[in-house]
Formats: sequence, structure tokens, C-alpha cells
Amino acid sequence: MSMDRDNSQALLEQVSQALNQGAPLRIQGSNSKAMLGNLITGEVLDTRSHRGIVSYDPTELVLTARAGTPLREIEAALHEAGQMLPCEPPHLGPDATLGGMVAAGLSGPRRPWAGSVRDYVLGTRVITGHGKLLRFGGEVMKNVAGYDVSRLMVGSFGCLGLLTEVSLKVLPRPRQCLSLSLPMGRHEALAELAEWGQQPLPISAACHDGEALYLRLEGGEGSVQSARQRLGGETLDSRFWSDLREQRLAFFNGPAPLWRLSLPNATGELDLPGQQLIDWGGAQRWLTSSAPAQAIRDLVANVGGHATCYAPGADSSPPLPAALMRYHRTLKQQLDPQGVFNPGRLYPDL
Amino acid sequence: MNILYDERVDGALPTVDQADLLQALRDALPDLDILHREEDLKPYECDGLSAYRTVPLLVVLPERLEQVQALLRLCHQRGVPVVARGAGTGLSGGALPLAKGILLVMARFNRILEVNPQGRYARVQPGVRNLAISQAAAPHGMYYAPDPSSQIACSIGGNVAENAGGVHCLKYGLTVHNLLKVEILTVEGERLTLGSDALDSPGFDLLALFTGSEGMLGIVTEVTVKLLPKPQVARVLLASFDSVEDAGRAVAEIIAAGIIPGGLEMMDNLAIRAAEDFIHAGYPVDAAAILLCELDGVEADVHDDCERVAAVLAHAGAREVRLACDEAERVRFWAGRKNAFPAVGRISPDYYCMDGTIPRRELPRVLKGISDLSTEYGLRVANVFHAGDGNMHPLILFDANLPGELERAEAIGGKILELCVAVGGSITGEHGVGREKINQMCAQFNSDEITLFHAVKAAFDPRGLLNPGKNIPTLHRCAEFGAMHVRHGHLPFPELERF
Repeated sequence: MSMDRDNSQALLEQVSQALNQGAPLRIQGSNSKAMLGNLITGEVLDTRSHRGIVSYDPTELVLTARAGTPLREIEAALHEAGQMLPCEPPHLGPDATLGGMVAAGLSGPRRPWAGSVRDYVLGTRVITGHGKLLRFGGEVMKNVAGYDVSRLMVGSFGCLGLLTEVSLKVLPRPRQCLSLSLPMGRHEALAELAEWGQQPLPISAACHDGEALYLRLEGGEGSVQSARQRLGGETLDSRFWSDLREQRLAFFNGPAPLWRLSLPNATGELDLPGQQLIDWGGAQRWLTSSAPAQAIRDLVANVGGHATCYAPGADSSPPLPAALMRYHRTLKQQLDPQGVFNPGRLYPDL
Repeated sequence: MNILYDERVDGALPTVDQADLLQALRDALPDLDILHREEDLKPYECDGLSAYRTVPLLVVLPERLEQVQALLRLCHQRGVPVVARGAGTGLSGGALPLAKGILLVMARFNRILEVNPQGRYARVQPGVRNLAISQAAAPHGMYYAPDPSSQIACSIGGNVAENAGGVHCLKYGLTVHNLLKVEILTVEGERLTLGSDALDSPGFDLLALFTGSEGMLGIVTEVTVKLLPKPQVARVLLASFDSVEDAGRAVAEIIAAGIIPGGLEMMDNLAIRAAEDFIHAGYPVDAAAILLCELDGVEADVHDDCERVAAVLAHAGAREVRLACDEAERVRFWAGRKNAFPAVGRISPDYYCMDGTIPRRELPRVLKGISDLSTEYGLRVANVFHAGDGNMHPLILFDANLPGELERAEAIGGKILELCVAVGGSITGEHGVGREKINQMCAQFNSDEITLFHAVKAAFDPRGLLNPGKNIPTLHRCAEFGAMHVRHGHLPFPELERF
């Protein structure tokens, strides 16, 4: 692409200037995940000038790209080679970037079976709070030299440094993909999913909307066909999964605040006011509810999970135990001693 | 350069009076098992890197969390270094003791606390052996995927500390991909839960940071691992090649065909002959290289993929492709590979195992480079590796009793690691840095990167009491090592006699 360029020197200069002045930066790509975390102020650092796929060799299963690269460009390159990002990251906007995908660490419907964004990060280049552009991890599948700073960056919302480049493990697209709709109640669906989870079935997505269980089967022809025969149901348009991932289903249109509940596998039905949509085979539930935040958090914590509010505000991130928060602060202090990277975005005092 | 702790370059350690400390521990923890006599300490002087030994100041063998907590508090208060140890099978000296430190042995924490097939997890104490988890899950048709070659003996706490791998990493990932939650104690004896019972957790991903941190950031006290349903079937193909380059290309072509094998292993001629002589696996002893390709999953898919892979292998120039006809033959094919290290040990008085990773496309080039180095240095190198994920284990054959052989083995080992770093790889894929590769860290990372690693350490252990000297070198050591590097033009390397 003609727009591709290495703008890391300019980004480094902007960070150095912020460090010199002790002035906080607000890191952003296309702002597609602005509904997550707290609203913050600070000089905007836009990563989108630093963009482009740096290297991609399909036989290597590794793609390296600059942080400002649009996710759709990366997915198009992968698609052309018959490959994919297995974690199926939500874009939540037309211009979502690789940097935002990694900083937010959100994964799509395939996550329980294929792994999360962090599972596929192999290496990063990061501009640190000491004004250095450094490289961690690499472009190899196995690498245990030093601390795993690359994976630490995933989901840190830019609070520990500025990601400039990421290397990802990618995988071949499955040979067969088939989606099914099976009318059944929520209770029955959760029980079936807990049972099927123990069996080698080629399920790669499972959602329940209160009326029916929606399944995606992915694998070779043989396994997908035999699972289809065993499970029955009606064929479903596979666009359902991108609509779920991008929050385009009617469910997401409600006026009440949207919550993401992350739960242990095999968690039963949750008695919460509002509407619920089951995702990740039960390990993620979407909730639209006007119930008090504390009530939602308490109930979810009681079953071993946590709740994130998809609306910017002082309490959108789930609270951390005091001891854990203390080590978050010391880590932030060590890696960003002047507090220039997105201060307050994840938690008020980070 | 000796790799034992050297206060001059690794940092001064507080001097502790053994008798004083022993008395203080006995007073604070009357029911804690403490070893203090020379003959009792001796068995703990090394881990799997047995060429390097240091008798620890004291060895403690706690059985309860509260004991570990009280011990850490006391050590923190008195400034005593603590080295954690699991089963002691690590190959990089990660649990090598310190003469001025306590060795904290976690092996007695060996209970499986919960196996939950519906939740697809097992909750275990850190001293539980890797294989024991899969055995406990087996009645439910499930297993724990990472399978380091020491899995019969190594403990899950050590696996977490080293981010252990195995032969199935390409498809099933490393330890870090198979954990849900880890309970740790900080150096101050504070309990932290990293990760959660859910698939993700709020805040920074400290679970990922701690995995593979080699006991430098905290002590693992409980581990919740993911369990997977056992694949219905596994089949193995054995392909022989007339050149290692062809075998390397075949690996790339299997991936290009959209197939991710459960295991994909390569051996070169020297390794093939050694293994065949030892195990009689039925390997073609005149082949330049063989590939073992295991396909696992649902029966119908595995059947189709076997046909696809066989076609790819033939197209890539394999002169023979054999599908293990039954389970007995499959096990035999694998036995040759799994016993490759001891097999090489039979044909050479000493050998020395490397653990570098490279981007797979560099495989033919690196193999050629190793072959050239082998000729140049006059030492044989047997190549055994996890070809699917580019994790090489070259075995350098030498005789320590012949003058100059050890030095040449060290030199060629250094050159091989330099080659791995030069093509964009890493000095360690799964064995860890420990003490063994502390100098090579200076080749892979620059001083700013190493400084950042020290900052990470300082966030959790500002006084550097947990496993000092492992994993991350001091800048002082790198300066000295770098100077030496330039002077002699090679990376110095320790002698290893192990498998």
C-alpha cells in the first residue's frame, strides 16, 4: 500500500517530548474501542501514521505489522492466503487498528476453542516510558528468553507503553465451516454445552439468545459432517457470527447499558435483571441492564467471574483486589515512571 | 567463563550466618523441615543442569502454604535470597542453589485438589507431576496438553516457572496457553491470584508475565490448568529424505497445505542412526533426514489429512512415506525420537544439547550453517528438532577427555546460538535461560531491553531476593561478556553432560 510507512521515529519524538514536559498522552488508533475504560485527557498520539504489514509468510504462520495498520487490511492479506486470526478480534468500527486490537485484548466467538489475542502475540516493539524503542519476543513460536513483556502488553490499554509493531501467530482457515440453529431453552443449552465441551466435537462458536442455540462447526469435511448429523438443527447463515462479534445483532440495540460478563466454563443460568445473550459456549454473556453496577458485579463475582461495562466511565473496568492493585501500581511506576501513557484509562490511579 | 554466581558481576549478596538463620527459622516455624548438614544439602546442589553445582545455605521442605508465607516474610525481613525448586528436572540451571541462599523445595505440595471435567480444568498444587494431571483427567476422556520430555517427573510449578513446551506446541501451545489461574506468594509473603476461573481477567495480564519468569517474581503455590478432550485418534507418518533441505521444505509445504499436525519432528542422519541402533524403531539408516508427522483429531479428518500429508511429502521429494499401520508401530516410531538424546549418548563420550529457535523458513540455511560449522570445528552434530515450531535441539558430540574438545564444543555451540539470533530466532525455545544461557541473553537483548527487564523485576521484588542471578543478566555481566565476545569472536559455553 502506498500509504504504508514506518513512522516510528516521529512517534518516538512525540513520546520523548511528552516525557520531557511530563505531559500525558492519549494513545489512539481509530477510537473504535473508546467505549471501554475511562475517559481521559492528554495530547492525542495517533498511531495510524505508522502502518503497513512488515512481513507475512504464510508457511511461517507469522504476520508482523505496524500498530496503526487497519485490521481489515491484515485480515484481507490473511484471507488471500487461506489463513486467519484465530482469536477473531472484534473490530467495533470500520477502521479498527492492530494496535487497538492488542491494547484492548478483545477476542471474538472462537475464543474458548482457539485462544485469545494474547495467545497469538509472539512479539512486540514498544516505545517505553524511558523513551526507548525496544523489541520483545520475536517472530518464532517458542521463545522463553527474558520476561514475556509482549503478552503483558495485551489488554493493558496502552498504560504500560506505546505498541508500535506486533508479530502474531496465524493459522490456516478450517477446510469446512457450517453453522446451525437448534431451538432449545437456555437451561438445556447450557447443560448440553457443558457436556459437549468434554468431547472432541469441532464446535468453534456457541451462542444462545433465549430462543435457540447457535453453533458453528469448523474442521475437516468428515468431522463437520458427522457432528452436523449428530446435532441436527437448521442451517444458519454464517454472517450471524460476525454480527455477534461486531455487536450488530438486535440484542445490542437496547437502551440499557451493555455489560460483558466473563465467567467460568459451565456456569449455569444467571439471575440478573435485563436481557442476556450467551456467547463463548457460556463463558461470556452479554447483558443489557439498568441494574446498579455493584449488584451486577457482586453476582458475577460470586460465580467466579467479572463484569465490564461497555460505556466509558469511572467504573467501567472490574475492580481489583487491593494487593493486586498495589502491584499494578508498582509495575506502572516502573515501566512508565512519569505516567505519560494513557494515565487513568484502565484504572483511575494507573 | 564460569556461570556459577559471581558476586563481582552478578551483584553482591548479603552474607547470612547459617546458624543464626537456622535458629530463627526453627523459632518461627517449629514444624518446618529444614536441612542444614552438608550431607543433607548435597543432594540439592544442582538441578537437571548437573555440570554446575552449588551447595545451598539451607534447604526447606514446607508442606503448608502458611509455612511458605512465614518463610518468605522472614527471609524478606532478613534479606536472605530464596531459590525455588520443583522436581529439579530443569535443564538450564533455573533451580541452581546459592551458597548464600535458601533453597525452597515445593515438591511436597503434591496434591491434585480438583478435576472438573464440566469446567474443563484441574486445580493442583505446584509439586504435582505434569503427567499425573493427565492421568487424573484420563477417566473423563480429557488431558493436559503440554508434554515436556521430562513429563513423568517434572512438576507443574516448575512448568509454570519455565513456560515448558513439548512436542505438541504448534497445535496446542506452551504452558502459558494452557493455564487459567495461578496462586502466588510475593517475596513479601503476600498472596496474589493471577488469572481467574473465567477465560480472562481484569487488569494487566500478570499471569502471562509470571509464566516463564523462572521464580524471579513470586512463588507458585497453586495452579489451575485447562483440560482438553482427548483426540479420538492419532496417526503417524514417517517420511525419509535424501537431503535435509528437502525435509525442511516439506515442513513448510505441509503448513502451506493448511494442515497443523499435532507433532512434526525432524531428525538428521546422525540422529537417525543413533536412534535406530538403540531403539530399532525401523528408521531408514541411509536417509539424510526423516520427518515424523503426527495427525490427531476426529477419525475422518485424520484419515483425510494423512492422505493429504502423504501427497505433500511425496511432492516435496520424500523417497519413502510410511504410515504407522497400528498403535504399536506408532509408539515405535515415536520411541526412536523420544530416545534420541540417550541414543546419541551411546555413540559419544559427551554431548551437549542446545535449545535454539528459528523462523521455520531459515531451517535449510541454519542446517547448512550447522553442517559447515561441524566440518570447520571437527565435531559431529546430531540434529533433532521440533520442526513444526522451529525449535532446534542440536546435539554436539565431543569427548571431554581429549584436549581441546570441550573448548571446541563450547565454541561451536556459541556459533549455533549466534546463528539462531542472527536469523531472527531465540537462544531458548523451552529450556529457559536459568544460569546456562545468562551470557547469551546479552546477545539477544540490548542493554535498554535488559534494563526494562530489571524494571519489571523491581516492581515485584525490588531487593532482588527471589532467585538472584537467573534469567536476566546484569549490565555488568553483559559488558564483561561483550568484551570477551569481541576478543575471542565466539560465545563461551558451559559443558553439559545430560539428556
